[in-house]
Amino acid sequence: MRHTVSLLVENKFGVLARISGLFSARGYNIASLAVSETLDPTVSYMTIVVEAKDETVLEQIKKQLNKLIDVITVTDFTKKEHVDREMVIVKISCSAKNKAKIERAAEKFGGKIIQCKNDTAIVEAVGDQQQVKQLLEALQEFGIKELVRTGRLAIAY
Amino acid sequence: MTGAEIFIECLKREGVEAMFGYPGGQILPTFDKIFDSPIRFILTRHEQGAAHAAEGYARATGKVGVCVATSGPGATNLVTGIADAYMDSIPLVAFTGQVPTTLIGNDAFQEADVTGITRPVTKHNYLVKDTRDLARIIREAFYIASSGRQGPVLIDLPADVQRKDVEFVWPESVDIRSYKPTLYGHPGQIKKAARLIQKSKRPVIYAGGGVISSGASMELRRFAEKIEAPVTLTLMGLGAFPGNHGLFLGMLGMHGTGYANHAIMESDLIIAVGARFDDRVTGKLDAFAPHAKIIHIDIDPSSISKNVKVDIPIVGDVKNVLGQLLEELDKTPDTTDWLKEVQSLKKKFPLKYQTKNKLSPQYIIQQIDEATAGDAIITTEVGQNQMWASQWYKYLHPRSFISSGGLGTMGFGFPAAMGAKVGCPEKVVFDIAGDGSIQMNIQELATCVCNKIPVKVAILNNGFLGMVRQWQELFYKRRYSHTCLYNPDFVKLAESYGGVGIRVTKKEEVRPAIDKAIATDNVVFIDFHIEPEENVFPMVPAGEALNRMIEGLA
Repeated sequence: MRHTVSLLVENKFGVLARISGLFSARGYNIASLAVSETLDPTVSYMTIVVEAKDETVLEQIKKQLNKLIDVITVTDFTKKEHVDREMVIVKISCSAKNKAKIERAAEKFGGKIIQCKNDTAIVEAVGDQQQVKQLLEALQEFGIKELVRTGRLAIAY
Repeated sequence: MTGAEIFIECLKREGVEAMFGYPGGQILPTFDKIFDSPIRFILTRHEQGAAHAAEGYARATGKVGVCVATSGPGATNLVTGIADAYMDSIPLVAFTGQVPTTLIGNDAFQEADVTGITRPVTKHNYLVKDTRDLARIIREAFYIASSGRQGPVLIDLPADVQRKDVEFVWPESVDIRSYKPTLYGHPGQIKKAARLIQKSKRPVIYAGGGVISSGASMELRRFAEKIEAPVTLTLMGLGAFPGNHGLFLGMLGMHGTGYANHAIMESDLIIAVGARFDDRVTGKLDAFAPHAKIIHIDIDPSSISKNVKVDIPIVGDVKNVLGQLLEELDKTPDTTDWLKEVQSLKKKFPLKYQTKNKLSPQYIIQQIDEATAGDAIITTEVGQNQMWASQWYKYLHPRSFISSGGLGTMGFGFPAAMGAKVGCPEKVVFDIAGDGSIQMNIQELATCVCNKIPVKVAILNNGFLGMVRQWQELFYKRRYSHTCLYNPDFVKLAESYGGVGIRVTKKEEVRPAIDKAIATDNVVFIDFHIEPEENVFPMVPAGEALNRMIEGLA
């Protein structure tokens, strides 16, 4: 099962390597990872989506993260009220004929065409897990050429 | 001050009295200052020896061990010792030279990404990029190494950082916002634990290295005597509870005593104190202590419920937590029947060995015990020598047994003995070695002779990598694939370095050789030619339940 965990960490070189190293050394898989500076430039915020087969593994991951000297706090969103968002950019085949159809499909799930040139349209969308999933399903029929996602961002209430 | 001068000044302020190491190009500015410093510096003959010696020093004294090496190969040679300290939670600060900051990442001569290499085997590490950060970093490193769950910290020092001249500012205190170890147990958990202890009928205390790190031996003893529960120790815990105490069950686990393992299996309450349920201790996990509730006291939250599901976790320093428990326990359980049962287990499953053999390793260790009245520091290598040393010597004091537990590093014992002797010069220090292990750091003979470190090495020489051979005998149809050793003449070898060598082939020569070694003010190798195919028993085969032991004697 996938869990969303956020970390406040020291904004120093090597910190990301410590965290990714911890995951690889213990055989945990990172599904997505997003990092950026916070209002306090000495602190970075990481949102990590992890695969954990059960509660014990998730507990271990959190404890091991907490043990790293550069990790300030660890928050597990599993049982916490929170908002999460992900941004996707999708490149799809597009012709004059189906441009309107693509536009409708994208808008239905919070997306929009940001560029349309030659036979390619680029659609962007921001949404929660469900919206992004539905958008990608809806765009499938037009032929997705390439897609890129930021990974999940999450914030607690 | 230059970075190198700051290094010396900080070490002095941290109270460092001895360090171990090996020079080289990129650490030269620091060695130039070490030359004039009052801190004792011991030049080993290999960086691995320096790391293990620093560990031995730390394990014997409880102080932070310090080792110094150059960049690249010097640093990579330290890695085994650092990993060893990490697995056994030993406070260590390792300093390594690094190529100048301007060359980092250029594949310069003797460059290695040492903070990268050591990241998974250190509690924390630093690459110092600015000399102005150095004093703070050294202060933090000693604090991190010696607090919480102790462990090794590495500081990588580029050559230009060592040379640069800056103003010296000593940080009066350490404040790391993200690092605040929990020192006292949660009062609610203490209450719950006390209630469970009071209700138990068959409690067993299972204690480990955490008791030694925390300096909690007295508290452990008072606790065990108060609740009248038998105590079994892990390899790392030996010495934490007196080996001659009536409540002592010896070591548990793969080569633990039959009575310790059976007591665990029949217990209704396990009180784990500073131990981490290692696979060598638990045997088959789902069959471990099937009738027992578990209370787990540990300073490291990640140790709790990692392998075994725990009923009452208590995070804190075990010395404090045992103190809290002692205060909380108004009633104590009635364990009279249980202790009787444990006594009969002791009678039914005693430790034993084949006395018909002309030279038994177990007998040798018993004789070392007698000759030193249990008052020596014993270090071990890894394998059969280590297990016999854990079974047949009665450790009376904490820090009297020094062994590579988690990593299981062959070649550990001899340099660790040197470090222990440097830290405790008044103690007799014996390394109980095998003929395989001793050859992994045998170059340290020169260090012992040059620096007058008169450690004693008992080589249990069976011409085999004994423990691997034992597994081949029991589980691989006696196919002795690459476990039979060709050995040098250890007596002549010791002599060639300026040490003393003694060969023992008969039982009656054992005690005189040990007495002579103790009386000799020099490093001594005793080459004991033991029974070649002697095994360590009892033994729980890997993956079996603790009560499925193989007994050796017909």
